[in-house]
Amino acid sequence: MTNILETHHIIKQYAEHRALDDVSLSVPKGCIFGLLGPNGAGKTSLIRIINQITAPDSGEVILDGERLRPDHIKRIGYLPEERGLYKKMKVGEQLLYLAQLKGLTEKQAMEMLKVWFVKFDIKTWWNKQIQDLSKGMQQKVQFVATVLHEPDLIILDEPFSGFDPINANLIKDEILELREKGKTIIFSTHRMESVEELCDYIALINRSHKILDGSKRAIKEQFKTHTYHIEYQGTLSSLPTAFEVLRNQPLEDNFQRADIKIPPDASVNDLIRHLIDTISIRSFGENIPSMNDIFIQTVGENND
Amino acid sequence: MHTIFLIIKREYLVRVRKRSFIVMTILGPVLIFGFYAIIGWAAVSSINQKKVAVVDESGRFVNKFKADNETVFSYPKQSLTDAKKSFVKQGYDALVFIPKDVIEYPKTVQIFAEKSVSLALQSNIERAIGKEIETIKLEQAGITQKVIEDAKVNVDAQTISLSDAGEKSSNGIATTIISGFCALLIYISVLIYGTQVMRGVMEEKTNRIVEVIISSVKPFQLMLGKIIGVALVGLTQFLLWIALTTGLITVGSSILGQKEAAKTAVSARVNGMPGQQEVQQKMAKDKNPVASIMKAVETLNIPLIISCFLFYFLGGYLLYSALFGAIGAAVDSETETQQFMFPIMMPIIAAIAFAQIAVRDPDGPLAFWTSIIPFTSPVVMMVRVPFGVPVWQLVLSMGLLVLGFLGTTWIAARIYRVGILMYGKKVSFRELSKWVFYKG
Repeated sequence: MTNILETHHIIKQYAEHRALDDVSLSVPKGCIFGLLGPNGAGKTSLIRIINQITAPDSGEVILDGERLRPDHIKRIGYLPEERGLYKKMKVGEQLLYLAQLKGLTEKQAMEMLKVWFVKFDIKTWWNKQIQDLSKGMQQKVQFVATVLHEPDLIILDEPFSGFDPINANLIKDEILELREKGKTIIFSTHRMESVEELCDYIALINRSHKILDGSKRAIKEQFKTHTYHIEYQGTLSSLPTAFEVLRNQPLEDNFQRADIKIPPDASVNDLIRHLIDTISIRSFGENIPSMNDIFIQTVGENND
Repeated sequence: MHTIFLIIKREYLVRVRKRSFIVMTILGPVLIFGFYAIIGWAAVSSINQKKVAVVDESGRFVNKFKADNETVFSYPKQSLTDAKKSFVKQGYDALVFIPKDVIEYPKTVQIFAEKSVSLALQSNIERAIGKEIETIKLEQAGITQKVIEDAKVNVDAQTISLSDAGEKSSNGIATTIISGFCALLIYISVLIYGTQVMRGVMEEKTNRIVEVIISSVKPFQLMLGKIIGVALVGLTQFLLWIALTTGLITVGSSILGQKEAAKTAVSARVNGMPGQQEVQQKMAKDKNPVASIMKAVETLNIPLIISCFLFYFLGGYLLYSALFGAIGAAVDSETETQQFMFPIMMPIIAAIAFAQIAVRDPDGPLAFWTSIIPFTSPVVMMVRVPFGVPVWQLVLSMGLLVLGFLGTTWIAARIYRVGILMYGKKVSFRELSKWVFYKG
């Protein structure tokens, strides 16, 4: 799989503050890539560099195999975290303007807009001023502005903030549909449940450094603790000492829940074999670390 | 290049479509014309001639009062009592009674009028009688009217400006008015359109749309597009003003002109003296301030003034609007702009002060230097242009102005580029000067 975007050893220095320090990333084509990190970690700085809003002090950005050039902006769509549109401009005019700035002709922009206005069912908004729309409606308009010129790389900074659940879902479906079409989406967020749900790859930035990256599956594999949870009735007694019971707590209806860590040389089958004769099992599963856990753990360790 | 054109187009259309623009475009010429009309009207109504009846018991003053623009005299052969009864009915504005012994007792002259007599008319009559008595007394002393006339040397200095194009008569007052007006207009428009740029930049920054835009275009393109767009709005407004004002004045002048001709005819008839009609008309033409201002305006090099005006408006505007744009980018809110506005406004305000000196002494050293230095030259040079400026000075001043605005645009662009993405930070001049030297 080729990478749509690579950054090599990016350094960005602001006066006394180093916003990015030797950050290298690879974003494979056609995936949803989560750019994670606490506030002030340097995510926005990186996104601005990719969008050529600012330039790195050193390092380079490669878009689809080529060093980033001014005309590459046409291939990138950017939804900044702080949304903004001209308040006194009409929706239609504004979208036409923004699309033309991205290099579309007026005619092309018009055709694309028609599709989106039907899709989002916002045909009646064309002649409305932005300031007359609700915040959610403005967000929709801005989303359209971001993807209208059919960019190959779409960068969304906190795309779901400001949306109600219904519209958030609408946007989520759009993101998935864009991936279907072979587009790449980088999204930066604090909401781990959407990372869990959508992202194929992630990169974690903390204190100007990249501290973790890779496919979501590989990272979860890496952070696996080899613990399993079990809900059962009876008493856990015959387990060999190699199997460590981390927690055991009573549930309602005489059930209990235990978290058990298995030794490196043992398998899940060994555990089940030991359990199956002594207790009655209601459910059993592996404790897969959530992105939230991984985030907190990694950032916490990095800060220490 | 295409994107900068798009930005210019948007900035231009958004402003030109605003109701305030349309209102100002129509209101501007109406105000200018109204001002002009008031001057014209005042001029015309001041030559509204008063008819004065003179009852002269002394018999020395018959036909001795000279009619002028403001007053005509007639000499009904009536007694004072009869005249008092009938002078209003006969259409006189005032009645002057001169007793027999007026030469010995000049203070016995009486003026009657239905309404109170205007001070101007009173002093006019007093002057006429005084002069007459003076003549009579001089005659009595053996000095004839002819000697007196000969002794009077009519000094009516014409101001002639010497220029390459040859001698042209000019009118100092008209030139002063035009140059003052041009300077003031440059001053006001640089301020108005400069602040428009600042507000536009602030709007984009506080709206946060700037980040979307500069992910598509370079910050410099956005700033330049805005500055040029607003400049075009200003030019459009001026051209519309010039066109509308010229139209209004052409129409207005012909109306005023007709009214004057009628007045002159009336006064000639009242005077009832054949042969005087042409003299009167000529006099009316010469003395009418509107006509004389128009005549003076005609002698000025209007195309040069207008093209200089447009150049200095553009140059001054570009110089200052870039700085205004930089302020808009550096601050988060309107209230923060104050501290930065002040140092930028200072040279413009100073320019207006220098302009007042330059009006009085257009070729003095202060006027010269301030019309060469870019920060004050747009205003001060516009004062000097109607009076005539050597070509080399004009070229030097224009060249420096171009360098000046290239310089301020460069500095402003560097501040702008950092400022538009900087939020929630109180900036100082120290900070701004650092931004200028940031790289990338």
